[in-house]
Formats: sequence, structure tokens, C-alpha cells
Amino acid sequence: MIEHSLYDFLRHLADSWVLLAMFIVFLVLAAWPFRPGARERNNKAANMIFEDKNDG
Amino acid sequence: MERIVTRAGIWFAIMLLAVMAAAAAQDSGFAAHMFIVAIAALIGLWMTISKPDYSAIARGILRMPDDPSRYDDDPVRWGVIATVFWGIAGFAAGLFIALQLAYPLLNLEPYLNFGRLRPLHTSAVIFAFGGNVLIATSFYVVQRTCRARLAFPALARFVFWGYQLFIVLAATGYLMGITESREYAEPEWYVDLWLTIVWVAYAAVFIGTIVKRSEPHIYVANWFYLAFILTIAMLHIVNNLSMPVSLLGSKSYSAFAGVQDALTQWWYGHNAVGFFLTAGFLAMMYYFVPKQAERPIYSYRLSIIHFWALIFLYIWAGPHHLHYTALPDWAQTLGMVFSIMLWMPSWGGMINGLMTLNGAWDKVRTDPIMRMLIMSVAFYGMSTFEGPMLSIKSVNSLSHYTDWTIGHVHSGALGWNGMISFAAVYFLVPRLWGRERLYSLRMVNWHFWLATVGIVFYAASMWVAGITQGLMWREYGADGYLVNSFVETVAALHPMYLLRAFGGVLYLGGAVIMVINVWATVLGKLREETPMQTAAYDPAADRPLVPATSN
Repeated sequence: MIEHSLYDFLRHLADSWVLLAMFIVFLVLAAWPFRPGARERNNKAANMIFEDKNDG
Repeated sequence: MERIVTRAGIWFAIMLLAVMAAAAAQDSGFAAHMFIVAIAALIGLWMTISKPDYSAIARGILRMPDDPSRYDDDPVRWGVIATVFWGIAGFAAGLFIALQLAYPLLNLEPYLNFGRLRPLHTSAVIFAFGGNVLIATSFYVVQRTCRARLAFPALARFVFWGYQLFIVLAATGYLMGITESREYAEPEWYVDLWLTIVWVAYAAVFIGTIVKRSEPHIYVANWFYLAFILTIAMLHIVNNLSMPVSLLGSKSYSAFAGVQDALTQWWYGHNAVGFFLTAGFLAMMYYFVPKQAERPIYSYRLSIIHFWALIFLYIWAGPHHLHYTALPDWAQTLGMVFSIMLWMPSWGGMINGLMTLNGAWDKVRTDPIMRMLIMSVAFYGMSTFEGPMLSIKSVNSLSHYTDWTIGHVHSGALGWNGMISFAAVYFLVPRLWGRERLYSLRMVNWHFWLATVGIVFYAASMWVAGITQGLMWREYGADGYLVNSFVETVAALHPMYLLRAFGGVLYLGGAVIMVINVWATVLGKLREETPMQTAAYDPAADRPLVPATSN
């Protein structure tokens, strides 16, 4: 087996598995507010800035 | 008593160290800076010893209410005033350097030449004006949305004053010629270290407040503020890694060399745009647009997608500043591709902001603050369309190094950042000082139109100037020689430079009106004026043309 440099190893790790992992994390995060039952929570979160009279 | 003695001792020690550092300094710039630090420590010492109730004095001068709210708003009030002050300083510096480009005679050597005033202008508007409005609004918004008082109140005050000291050190440094020559990161190593301390304290106050919140959900504006604070910390530390020549001198050398140095710098530089001027100001959008419109954000889901897409994409866009340089081709293409992908979250965010007014568009006509917010979001959309376009290599080969870039930056900075900051100041001042309303809404209207027309003059003249420049630089004659000398391109741009400076006069004029309005509101004055909504209601005329029939 050819001995690769640390740079080479990290570089290929970054543009394969880490790239895939980041893409999956991104998709999960973006899809999270669309999970079933989240509509009510989103509405509540969007309106929470109007709840308090002291909020200005 | 013991506490006062300890504190006074610390201030005295800092002052003594600064004076010793000034005496042993390797260069006059470092000595001057240590002298400024000594003066700051002296003021701190005097404040500790004379033990005046300086919050009461500040309340007297600034007419601040006795903090009746459940929130800690004193640092927010100081921040709003600092925003207005540094805004005028930064805009005036910008106008002056615009005139220097039109009239080179105005280059007053050595302290006030273009090379030294240009970073003074960029830092004053980005970090002094923009930074203060971000710190002030983040302290305001995080308390309201978390329903908790600021964590570490003493540290919050340190953040405010420490940040002002950073601004003073940076600005005076530029005038004395102290610079690392890294765009938007010009301050030298010791000022960078000071900013790091202040920034960590800022993060502690902000995160501490989120941790002690009594509202279970963290509102999306706080996500953007948090992304801004954490990413700026990372960018600032990595980009400013350097080795000082002497611990008592102002000169340092970067830890990186060559193209690595250039890429680190533009990774920083573009993310300063992405996370300081975009994420931070989007946090303001997600709070102030719904609040002023009195209706929730169009889609909370879209705001979450906007957030994650922006975070995941922006960090890779920096290499588009290095097209056609020694940077490897794949890295240039990567930067370009990510810049183009950024168009989607940017426009998603713009649509989210604009559509918040869905069904209430009359507010744009009746409420000048709302109009400012909407114009700001519209400019966010325009400049985030122009940016990806300019990042395309073939477009960049025409636009790079020309005034088109400067026009693009200013449509973002004056339109998006400026307008939303003015709107936030107008929103905050009556609330923070417990006034019924602003001194004058009509002056807000004047400010809006002066600023808008000013930006039109600025952006339009720079488009023409940039494309003229780009085409003249690349024009070859039949014999294969360049047709134009550089100085010919400069002469061709003179009228555009005058138009740009005129736009700057209008923009600065609008800001001066804001100063008067804010000042009068703080003093508690109310201008007698006819209300803005003048569309008269005539019940006789308000009926269908064809009368309704019974069938």
C-alpha cells in the first residue's frame, strides 16, 4: 500500500464522507420544521414576539 | 470600601503598565496607542475613586428613564447613541474619500490621504456603525424574545466600552499608518487581541441570556445573532494569526504566506460580509419587520431553511474574490458555485421579509419606518442577486478591480444594512426613552427619500464607471497593444465620481436629519405636524359604480 500524506488523507476524507455527512445533516435540519405536528409549534414561535406588553 | 480600593488598584496598574509600554515602545504609533489606553484607564480610575453615581449622570445627560422595564436597557440606549454618532463619522469619511477620488488635491499628506482614510471609512461604517447597532439590537432582542434580563450586566457594560476602545484604537491606528493591510481586518495584533477579549465577553453575555431564558423556544432572530457572534469570533481569530516583531511594537507578520494568506484573508473577508453584514442584520429583520408590521413573519419554516442554507453555503463563497489569481482553479470554481447557490437562501429570506406584509401593503404608504424596512429588504434581494452574478468567472473578468464592485458593496451596505439600521433606531428610540412617538415621522420620510435617491446616484454611477473601466482596460487595438493607458480610464470616470459624491451628500444629509430627529425624541419633544396618512375617506364616493341588485 502506498503511504499517503496526512494532507492527502484528510483532503480525500473531506471531499467524500465528510461532504456526504454534512449534506445529510443539512437536509435533516432543513426538513426538521416540516415534521408532522410542527405546524402548531411554528405558528406559536412566530407569534411569541407579540405576547408580552412589556416587549415594546 | 475594600472593593473600591481593589478596583482602583487594578485601574492604576493598567494605567502604569500602559505608560511604561508607551515609554519603551519601538515605534511612535504603538506609543500613541498605549497613551490612549492609559487615558482610558485613567478615566476608569477616576470613575472608581470619585464614585459618582455615573449611571445617574448618564441618565441626566442622555435623558434616560430610570429603567422601569423588566429588562436591562441602559447598554442598548448607549449603543443606539453610539450607532448614530459613528454612522455620521463613517458616512462623512466616505464622502470625503469620494471627493478625494474626484479631486486628488484633497489628499492631505500624510494623515488624511486616501490610503489611510479608506480603511477608516470601511471600519467606521461596518464595525463602528454596524457593530454598535448589532450589539445594541442583539441585547434588546435577546431580552425580549427570551423574557429574561441580560446575563452578566457588568460584562455587558464592559462589552460596550471595550468595543468603543477597539474602534478608537483601530481608527487612530489607520491615521498613523498602523495596518496589517488585510481588508476589513486592518488593526494590528494587540488591537486584535483586545477585540478577541471583548468578543468573548459579548458571546458570554448573549449566550448567558439565552441560557437563563424563561421562554422555551429560542426565536429565530437569536439563531442569526448567535451565528453572527460565533462565526465572527472564529473568522477574526484565524485570519489575524500573526507574529508581532516586538511585544512593544505595532508591526506584525501574518502566520500564512502567499496564496494561502490571500485565501485566508478572503475566507474572512467574504464571511465578514456573510455573517456580520448579513446574518447579524437578518436577525434584525426577523425581529423588527414583524414587530413594525404587527404581524408574524410570513413563514417561520422558511426562516429556518433560510438560516441553515445560509450557514452551510456562505462559508465556502470566499474564493470568488480571487478569480484569475494564483489560487487553484478548482477552488475558484468552488467559490463561484457556492456563491451562485447562495442566491436561493438569500431570496428565500427576502421573500420571507417582504411577504410578511402580505395583506397589509398599505403600511408601506402610511408608515415611513415600514417603508424603510421594506426598502432595506428589497436592497438585500438586489445585492444578493448582483453578488452571485459578479462571482461568475466570465462576469468577474470584466467587473473585478473596477468600481462595479464598489457599487455592489454600497447597494448592500447603504441599502440593506443602512436602511434596516435606521429603521431599527427609529423603532427603538421612542421605546427606550419611554416617549409616546418619534419627534417627527415626516423627517423619517425625508430621511428615507434622501437615502434612497442617494443610493440610486451611487449605484448607478458606479455601474457605469465599472463597466467603462472594465471595457477600457481590456480594449486591444488592431496591432495587439492595449488602447488605453490607465490614466485615461481615470479621466474618463471623473463625471461618475462626481455623481457618486453627490449621492453621498444626499445619504449623509438623510443621516443628519436622523440625528436631529433622534436628539429631539430623546429630549422628549414632539413636532406638531399633519399625520402621514392623508388619504381622505369620502363615504358618498365609496360605493360600487353599479348598484347591487336583489337577484
